[in-house]
Amino acid sequence: MMAVSPSTPIDLSAAMVLDPATAAHWLAILPMGLCLGTGALLMMIRHRIAWHPPVALAGLALLVLVDILLLSRVLADGPLTMMMGRWRPPFGIAITVDLTGALLALAAAIVAFAAALYAELDIDNSGRRYGFYPLLMVLMAGVSGAFLTGDIFNLYVWFEVLLISSFGLLILGSEREQIDGALKYAVLNLIATTLFLIAVGYLYAIFGTLNMADIALKAPELSGSAPLMTLSALFVLAFSMKAAAFPVNFWLPASYHTPRVVVSALFAGLLTKVGVYALLRVMVMLLPIEREALSLVIAIVAALTMILGAMGALAQTDIRRFMGYIVIAGIGNMMAGIAIGGEAAVGAAIFYALHSILLMTALYLVVGEAARLGGGFSLTKLAGLWTSAPAFAGLSLALFFAASGLPPFSGFWPKALLVKASLDIGAWWLAGSVLLSGFLCTIGFGRLFLLAYWRPAVVSGPPSATETTPAPAAFAPPPAAPRTSLWRSAPILLLSIFVVWFGLFPDPLIVVSQQAAAGLSDPTAYILSVFPEKGAP
Amino acid sequence: MEALFAVLVGIFFAAALYLMMSKHIIRVLLGVVLLGNAVNLLLFTTGRLTAEVPPIIPVGSDTLAMSAANPLPQALILTAIVISFSFFCFLLVLTYRAYQDLGTDDTDDMRVAEPKDEPMPPTGY
Repeated sequence: MMAVSPSTPIDLSAAMVLDPATAAHWLAILPMGLCLGTGALLMMIRHRIAWHPPVALAGLALLVLVDILLLSRVLADGPLTMMMGRWRPPFGIAITVDLTGALLALAAAIVAFAAALYAELDIDNSGRRYGFYPLLMVLMAGVSGAFLTGDIFNLYVWFEVLLISSFGLLILGSEREQIDGALKYAVLNLIATTLFLIAVGYLYAIFGTLNMADIALKAPELSGSAPLMTLSALFVLAFSMKAAAFPVNFWLPASYHTPRVVVSALFAGLLTKVGVYALLRVMVMLLPIEREALSLVIAIVAALTMILGAMGALAQTDIRRFMGYIVIAGIGNMMAGIAIGGEAAVGAAIFYALHSILLMTALYLVVGEAARLGGGFSLTKLAGLWTSAPAFAGLSLALFFAASGLPPFSGFWPKALLVKASLDIGAWWLAGSVLLSGFLCTIGFGRLFLLAYWRPAVVSGPPSATETTPAPAAFAPPPAAPRTSLWRSAPILLLSIFVVWFGLFPDPLIVVSQQAAAGLSDPTAYILSVFPEKGAP
Repeated sequence: MEALFAVLVGIFFAAALYLMMSKHIIRVLLGVVLLGNAVNLLLFTTGRLTAEVPPIIPVGSDTLAMSAANPLPQALILTAIVISFSFFCFLLVLTYRAYQDLGTDDTDDMRVAEPKDEPMPPTGY
């Protein structure tokens, strides 16, 4: 190889960003860097497990702070793009933060902080030694990366990052039940990401680019000539599988009730929502014409998901499995928003996703607390929580109301917006499904509250043969000390504050999520942030 | 060349799907690994298959003169291979552990997490 002669100066400005990156640009990559760095640090101090919780909590608190800064920056100045290595797309990978991504990343960070707080007492020393906290940090790196990236192959890589750490978290404890659940989870999720990779391959073949802004720019021109419908169907299938939408949801109830409660809580809050986010990003922003064409299919899937999810919940005895089906029912609501399209409905879906991230985590933590107070997860055994812990029961009731979509809690508003949006386009059956699903969830939660909380605790007789086996030894809760119970309630309380706040004062969040939806439906600002020169006339 | 690869990828997909429909987890795993390779070949094909044109930019110009193969899909495959390989290893270990713990590799018999005869929730108190 000969050295490049300096006789013809090469114009680098077409390929590289020549201005040095500002602090705001570094902010866009900081969530992932912070999580990976903290995770690596935790790996290094793996023998000093007493240090794990404070280090992880500090890292996650910083993550919340960074995401708040990022959100305020995006709210003030619009989408923010960091070119990795200063290479412009298509050579480099762009991390592009828009309002949707920043909002979801912030909600995810809050949830992770609350879960780490709960894990302080829920994860024992063996769980810490097996790397709960490092895996949690890597999971958060994957989740933040998925929300903030502006490149589709990069999205695939973040999916894999969060998937591999979720495998590790899922089998923490190595019980038979967990191995069984993890096997189904792992195989089916791997198939889903492989489907996603197939779609990425076709996408690259069609567009010759993987940058989302570039694709959004080119998609309208190509929509008639290229097989974009096949591509969209593949994307919908892959992301529906990730999000656990109806025909491809069976991995979720098989696996989500097996890990530690705090792990279930994290998964329920984050992982399915990453699938919904990817669906929003690809179908609403990148392929809007194809979404329009597929909207009936997505709407039918959404309606079936929410109704069958709620019916599945009604049939459960184990409260963890009950919550698993509630997660599925919520996914149906978000998919309904995607199916209807338009700013109002997509905004409602984003609102629902934010609410669902916070709420589902809180609900699983409530399940953990209920099991600790009542000595098991089975509805046949749990009783009398109302008398033994009235404040906790009240808190649970508020969260149950929010999940059923009853006012004045956060679940009511996105459902109301969804019903209105579907009535506006004349899809009365979709509006009816939202209401029916909410009604069935209300019955389910009503029964849960009635049996586990309201029912007076009886002196237990000999267990009958039909009763389920008792919780495995590892789930047997340690005897409660007063400090313990306060410490354990703190994360639930933290998440409930948001649920109540969004329920009582929904206006700011409705406005912001509509704004985020507008950014997805009309990605001009997003494209300009990646390709500033396109704005010059 | 592309047509040949398309047929090959199709055969890979068909075999992978056939294997993944099996009840035995080890066949499912073989299906998963075949599927991964099918996708890698698909990605490979998307970036043109030419060995004749070396991807060297002549002096004085800043683009390739002729259409050489696109190196980007090959970089993507490298990433995808590493990821699918590590995942396959994890799944293999997990399957072996599941076989040790559950005593079967038949997915129909793996009902520890979802017992078949779970009673209905109580209807009253």
